[in-house]
Amino acid sequence: MRSKLLDVAEQGSVKAEVPAFEVGDTVDVHCRILEGEKERIQIFNGLVIARAGSGSRATFTVRRIVQGEGVERKFPLHSPRIAAIEVKRSGVTRRAKLYYLRERTGKAVRLKEKSR
Amino acid sequence: MVVGLLGRKVGMTQIFEPSGRVIPVTVLEAGPCHVLQLRTEPRDGYEAVQLGYLDKPRRLASRAARGHVAKLDSKRQRRRAAAGVESTAKADCEPQRFIRELRGPVDGCQVGQELKVDIFAEVKAVDVVGTSKGRGTAGVMKRHKFHGQRASHGVKKVHRHPGSIGCNTDPHHVFKGRRMAGHYGNARCTMRNLAVVRVDAANNLLLVRGAVPGPNGGLVIIRGTNKLR
Repeated sequence: MRSKLLDVAEQGSVKAEVPAFEVGDTVDVHCRILEGEKERIQIFNGLVIARAGSGSRATFTVRRIVQGEGVERKFPLHSPRIAAIEVKRSGVTRRAKLYYLRERTGKAVRLKEKSR
Repeated sequence: MVVGLLGRKVGMTQIFEPSGRVIPVTVLEAGPCHVLQLRTEPRDGYEAVQLGYLDKPRRLASRAARGHVAKLDSKRQRRRAAAGVESTAKADCEPQRFIRELRGPVDGCQVGQELKVDIFAEVKAVDVVGTSKGRGTAGVMKRHKFHGQRASHGVKKVHRHPGSIGCNTDPHHVFKGRRMAGHYGNARCTMRNLAVVRVDAANNLLLVRGAVPGPNGGLVIIRGTNKLR
């Protein structure tokens, strides 16, 4: 069992508030990027196909199609490099990991929009 | 003074630097430890500090263990006191579950003193001694990282075997030290020069960079590193 002392040790590495998003959501991930001295924000837009881990080790995977090629990025949820996560669209899913979307292209990738 | 403590491995996690870099850390619960006894050159022939960690219920401790940490009334004690023999100093604490000696100069230490994790506040790196996870009887692939044999091409039933263990007529015996299958793990193991990432005095936690031998909850000895850069 996970010790409570681990949570104590992770304080400071875990964000107090994590934006609510789920697998199946289409999100904008605002990443801080250092270019020399300057810092700028780059947005990675895509579909969340997996969330994994707990505590400060939690991650999520975002998939998007760039020029016909599937690109996946795995982000540490609590990384200070992530400025914000914006939910653009929510899709209905029946499973926790959407790895089956990797074999699909075009129209088949679409998810039904969640009614709010 | 000896810089060291006894403790317990809590587990591994990761923490973020402000830049976003991830540091893999092992969380150790270090101390508080009681100084139970001092080993000195004239009396014992060496210098060391004996530390105790974790209280043990008195009903489970032997009379010897109880007498080691506190004065017990006994006929012998009374006779010795009457004869004017000074009894040794006692820590005056509960019987301890995990007792180990740390070699080093004892100046600045007293019996009964309580050492806490803040003694590592100025320390850059530590050595952690633990007992590695026991794997029981293990084959050569797991125990010595042998490569085994091929999956196919005529290999039959010996895919995880070591292969040849030596020559035939000439030496006429297998050389000593030949690595074979056998008991693996459950042995004392030291990780040296682990960087201290954080000292949390309020919760008796010490965060060190990297892995530490043994399972979560395993007892460990933590000391200032003896590795010289």
